[in-house]
Amino acid sequence: MTVMDTPIRDGLRSGLPLVIPTAALGVSFGVLAKPIMGAVAPVVMSVLVFSGGAQFAALGVLQASGTGATAIVAGLLMNTRWVPMSFAVTPSLTGGRLRRAAEAQGIVDAPFVLADRGDGSFDRGVMIGATLVQGASWALGTLAGVLFGDALRDPSALGLDAIFPAFYLLLLVEEVRGHRELAVVVIAAALALTLMVFAPPGVPVIAASAAALIGLRR
Amino acid sequence: MIWVIIAVLCVATVVLKASGPLALGTREPNERALRVISLVAPAVLTGLIVYETLITSDGGVVFDERLIGLAAAAVAIALRAPMAVVIVVAVGATAGVRALL
Repeated sequence: MTVMDTPIRDGLRSGLPLVIPTAALGVSFGVLAKPIMGAVAPVVMSVLVFSGGAQFAALGVLQASGTGATAIVAGLLMNTRWVPMSFAVTPSLTGGRLRRAAEAQGIVDAPFVLADRGDGSFDRGVMIGATLVQGASWALGTLAGVLFGDALRDPSALGLDAIFPAFYLLLLVEEVRGHRELAVVVIAAALALTLMVFAPPGVPVIAASAAALIGLRR
Repeated sequence: MIWVIIAVLCVATVVLKASGPLALGTREPNERALRVISLVAPAVLTGLIVYETLITSDGGVVFDERLIGLAAAAVAIALRAPMAVVIVVAVGATAGVRALL
């Protein structure tokens, strides 16, 4: 790529806006997960899995007394969106196949969008730096939710579940630069909405990502 | 059981995130691929917004207070409010309507 990537250390700064929203969502995951998973597992899960979507999907299954296998499937389906995102960032990563596979572990939703230059390339330093900041916020938020959650029995009363849709909407407005992006938004929204009615969790998101294929046309 | 769930999801996440580099290696994208790549972020973001605004914990769909929060955020964004204000407005609208109903 012709444009220089930001060093990862400077990329950390681009993750700062993610700290409060991510920690708040981490708190609500910790609070809701503790009665189902105990005190330790939610924190370990936030460190090792680090995907709010997959973790809430798996938790939802367990809350509804679903089986472990169903919880795994729900989490996996939610995480299938990493595949198109991984293919998209690969050319912007450095080194050979294995080095890139390691760097691709830095893919998370918001950092992926923050790193998007809009020309088909991504700023790898911004993505990895912001992911490190968001990962720490997510894990520490979960820990706080598990430790102090008893003071906050019902996180939904605080409206914390409205944070990420609002934050993503802010990012989306910046992403929409022209007619093509607008068309993608309309198609992706229609696909997600339609599939939500009958498809299992996660499928609507990966289906929405297929809207990017209109880029195949001139 | 919970530890099996965590272990499987952890390994699967590593594999799914590595899928692009493992399949593509160091290949350079052509012009059409670049156009598709440039549209992945808005497509995924849109999917996530719709999904996280409407999903219920048991996998169903519901139009509830989160939609009011999202609409309030859209108004704040249209008025060019800074990020912190947009989020506070969304959270406040959602919590407020929830407290009233």
